[in-house]
Amino acid sequence: MTTKIRRQIRNEDYEDPLTSKHRFSAAKLETKNLRARFGKVEVLRGINLRFPENSVTAIMGPSGCGKTTLIRCLNRIHELTPGAKVEGEVILDGINIYSPKVDPVAIRKRIGMVFQKPNPFPTMSIFDNTVAGLKLNGVRDKKKIVASAEKSLRMAFLWDEVKDDLKKPGTALSGGQQQRLCIARALAVEPEIILMDEPCSALDPVATAKVEESIVALKKDFTIIIVTHNMQQAARISDFTAFMYLGQLIEFGETSEVFEKPENELTEKYITGKFG
Amino acid sequence: MQFRLNGDAILTILVAAAALFIIGLIVAITVELYHIAAPSIFRFGPAFLSGEEWEVNKNEFGALPFIYGTLVTSAIAILIGFPISLGVAIFISEKLKSHRMFGYSLGTVVDLLAAVPSVVYGLWGVFVLVPLLRDYIEKPLNHYLGFIPLFSGHPEGFDFFSAGIILAIMIIPTMSAVSRDVLKAVPNNQREAMYSLGATDWEVTQKSVLPYARSGIFGGFILGLGRAFGETMAVVMVIGNIPNITANLFSPGYTLSSLIANEFGESTGLYESSIIEIALILFAVALLVNFVARFLLWRMSRGMEVKV
Amino acid sequence: MTKSNLSANVSLQRKIVNVLMTILVLVAVVLALVPLILILGDVFVKGAPAMSLDFLINRPTAPNLPGGGIAPAIEGSFVMVGLATLISIPIGVGAGIFFSEWSTSKLSTVSGFMNDVLTGFPTMVIGLFVFILIVLTTKTYSAFAGGVALSFIMTPIIARTTSESLKLVPTTLREASMALGIPRWKTILRIVLGTGKNGLLTGILLAIARASGETAPLLFTAATSTLFIKNLMQPTASITILIYYYALSSVPSWISQAWGAALLLIIIMLSLNLFVKLVIGRSLTEARME
Repeated sequence: MTTKIRRQIRNEDYEDPLTSKHRFSAAKLETKNLRARFGKVEVLRGINLRFPENSVTAIMGPSGCGKTTLIRCLNRIHELTPGAKVEGEVILDGINIYSPKVDPVAIRKRIGMVFQKPNPFPTMSIFDNTVAGLKLNGVRDKKKIVASAEKSLRMAFLWDEVKDDLKKPGTALSGGQQQRLCIARALAVEPEIILMDEPCSALDPVATAKVEESIVALKKDFTIIIVTHNMQQAARISDFTAFMYLGQLIEFGETSEVFEKPENELTEKYITGKFG
Repeated sequence: MQFRLNGDAILTILVAAAALFIIGLIVAITVELYHIAAPSIFRFGPAFLSGEEWEVNKNEFGALPFIYGTLVTSAIAILIGFPISLGVAIFISEKLKSHRMFGYSLGTVVDLLAAVPSVVYGLWGVFVLVPLLRDYIEKPLNHYLGFIPLFSGHPEGFDFFSAGIILAIMIIPTMSAVSRDVLKAVPNNQREAMYSLGATDWEVTQKSVLPYARSGIFGGFILGLGRAFGETMAVVMVIGNIPNITANLFSPGYTLSSLIANEFGESTGLYESSIIEIALILFAVALLVNFVARFLLWRMSRGMEVKV
Repeated sequence: MTKSNLSANVSLQRKIVNVLMTILVLVAVVLALVPLILILGDVFVKGAPAMSLDFLINRPTAPNLPGGGIAPAIEGSFVMVGLATLISIPIGVGAGIFFSEWSTSKLSTVSGFMNDVLTGFPTMVIGLFVFILIVLTTKTYSAFAGGVALSFIMTPIIARTTSESLKLVPTTLREASMALGIPRWKTILRIVLGTGKNGLLTGILLAIARASGETAPLLFTAATSTLFIKNLMQPTASITILIYYYALSSVPSWISQAWGAALLLIIIMLSLNLFVKLVIGRSLTEARME
C-alpha cells in the first residue's frame, strides 16, 4: 500500500464521494456518519452513503471491509448481536431510523432482508413461508393473503415452479428455489427497500442466473442494496456500486464508471484483482 | 472376515456381550416379574386394571385407584412443571442472549434442583411443603372455591395436590435443561429471518424458534413425564397413601409406585403377587411412554431436513 | 409500488403481547427458583444443628436417647455405591463402546433402544427385580443385592454417556490410527476412548451421583440396619433409607438426624455436580440429556 492511500484512509474528513457527484439524485435511504462496532472493534468508521431510489446498488469490497455489517445496520439487525453498537444516523424518507422514537420492529417491515444462506422456516410450507411476514403483521383477509402469495412468488420468479404444490415444506426445494422463496417471503410484506447479503454465494450458476433475473425485474418497484463479492454479478445487475475497505467508503458511483474509470487507487487495485 | 483369536475378536465379543447384557436385563426383569405376578394375573385377568377394591383381607385386588393416582399426580406435575420449564428455557436462551454468563449461571442453579435426591424432597415435603400448601393454598381454595369438585373436601395436606406439586418441582430441571439446549441449537439466521420480517421478540420466539425446536422440546416433555410416572419416594411421603378415586385434589391418594414401597415388605401369597403385577403395570407404562415418544419424535423430524 | 400500504407502526396489541410474555417468562423463572432456595435453605438450617463428629462416626442410639449418629448408613452407602460402580463401569463402558463403534449393527439398535428405556426406568421396579433375583435366592437382604440394584441403574447411564462421547470423536482420528497399522481394538481403547475420556468420566460421576441419591431400589434389597458392615450378605444401612425411615418416625431426635443426613447427602451431590462442571465443564443434567 502506498503512503498516499494510507493517508487517505486515516483522514476521517475526506470528501464524501456521494456528495460530489450525485447530490441531486433522489436518495431513498441515506446514512450519515454511520459507525458500528462489535465490542471494542470498530467495523464501520463513519459511512456517508446515499442509495438512489428504484435502483440496484452493489456494495463491494474485500473480506472484512464491513459490507455485511453495513447492510445489517440498515435494517437494525446488527444491534441484535450481543456486544454490537451503532452510532450515527440512517435516514429513511427523512426520518432517522435510529432515533429513540422509532420502533425497530416497524422499520424492519419497510426494509426487508435476504440472507446469504437460504433460511426458509422448516416447519412451514411454501405458502406459509411466503406469507409468514404478512400474517405476522395482522393481515387476516384470506383473499388478500392468497393474492399476495401468488404475487410475491411471481415477482421472485418462483411461481411457475411451485404453483402446483404450495403445501410442500419450504425446505423440500432446491437451494436456488429456497433462496427465491426467501425473496418472495421478503417481498410479501411490501417493503420499500430490500437488502441482500451475498444472496447467490451458496447457489450454483443456474440458480444464480434466476435470482439475478428476479433482482433486475424488482428494481422498478423497490430499492435494492446487494452485498456481493462477485464483480461480474455487480456489473451485470447493479446500477450503482459502493466500494468499501477496512470499514470506510472509498468510492461510490454508477457501476459502469466505477468499474471502467475508478477514481481511487484502492478501487482500481480491487477491480483489477490485485487484492481482495 | 477371518476369525482369529486376536485383540479385535476379543474386544468385539466383550463389548457385544455388554450390549447383550442390557437386552438380557430387560428380558430378565420381564420374566421374573411375570413369574411372581402370574398367580394374580390368572386370578383377576384384565379386570385387575379396572378393579377398584384393594382389600388384603378379602384377597380382592384391583389396580384402578393406583393407576388413577399415578395419572393424576403426573398430570398435575406436567401441567405445572412443563410451562415453567419452557419459560425458564426461553428466558435463558432468548432473553439472556447478551449476558451469556448470567444465562449459564442461572442454568446451573436450576440444574441444582436435579441434584436433590428424591428422599430429601420427600423429607422437605413432609415437614415444609405440605403444611405450606395446606395452609396457604388448599385451605383458602377450599374455603372460597369449595363448590368446585376439585377443591372440595377437608384439606389435610397429604393429598394428590401436594404430590403433584412436588413432582412438578422435581421434573423442572430435566425438562428445562433439555429445552434450553434445543433452543440454543436453533440457528441464528432463523431468528434473523423472522426479525427482518418485522416481528417482535416474542413473535420471533413463538413463530420461529419454538417450532424449529419442537421435537427436542417434546423429547424433554417425555423425559419429564417418564420421571413423574416412576418417581416413588417423594410421592409416597406426601400423598397420604389411601386408595382413592375422586376428582377432589385435596384428598389422599395412592400411586402405583407408592403402593409397592409401602406394602410390599409385608406381603405374601396373592397379596405379594398382586403387588408385583402392579410393578408390571409400571414397567409396561414406562415401555409404552418410550415407544410413543420415539414414534412421535420420528414423525416430527421427518419434514425438517434442510437440504442446502 | 413505492409506498407500503400496510401500517408502518406495530399494533399496540402486538406490543402488549410482547411485554406480557416477557413478564410471564420471568414469573416462570421465579417459580422455578423459589423451591430450590427453600429446600436448600431448610436442609441447611434444620440439618446443620444435627451435624457433629458424634453424628458422623457413631452408631445410632435407642430412640429418645441423646446422641448417636449415622455412621453405619454412611458406610453402607459408600460400600454399595462403590460395589455398583465396580460392576457398572465395565458393562456400561463396554456397551457404550459397542453402541458407538458398531452403531450400524442390529444388535446395537435394539440394545440401544433397550438402554434408553432403562435410563428412565422406575427404580422401584429394578429394586423388586433384584429382590426376586438375589434376596429370594440367598434368603437374606444384603449389601450385595443393594449394590447390584444400584448397578442396574448406573449401567444404562454410563452406557449412554459413553456412547455419546465416543460418537463425538471425529472419524478422521480413527482412520488416521488405522492407517498407521494400529489394530482396531487398540484404536478404540487407546485413541477413541482416550479422546472421549472427559465425557466418560462425566458419565461415571453422573451415575455415581444418581446412585447415591436412590432410595427405592434399596428398600427391599439392602433393607436397613443399625450395625456396621461385617459382611456383604447382611442387611445394610444407607443414608437415603435412613432419611426415609427417620422422617416417618415420630422421634424428634431422629427427625433432626434425618435433616442432618439430608444435608450430608446434598453436600455430596453438590460437590460432585460442581466438580464435574468446573473441572470437566459440563453439568450433570446436560450430560443426561437425550
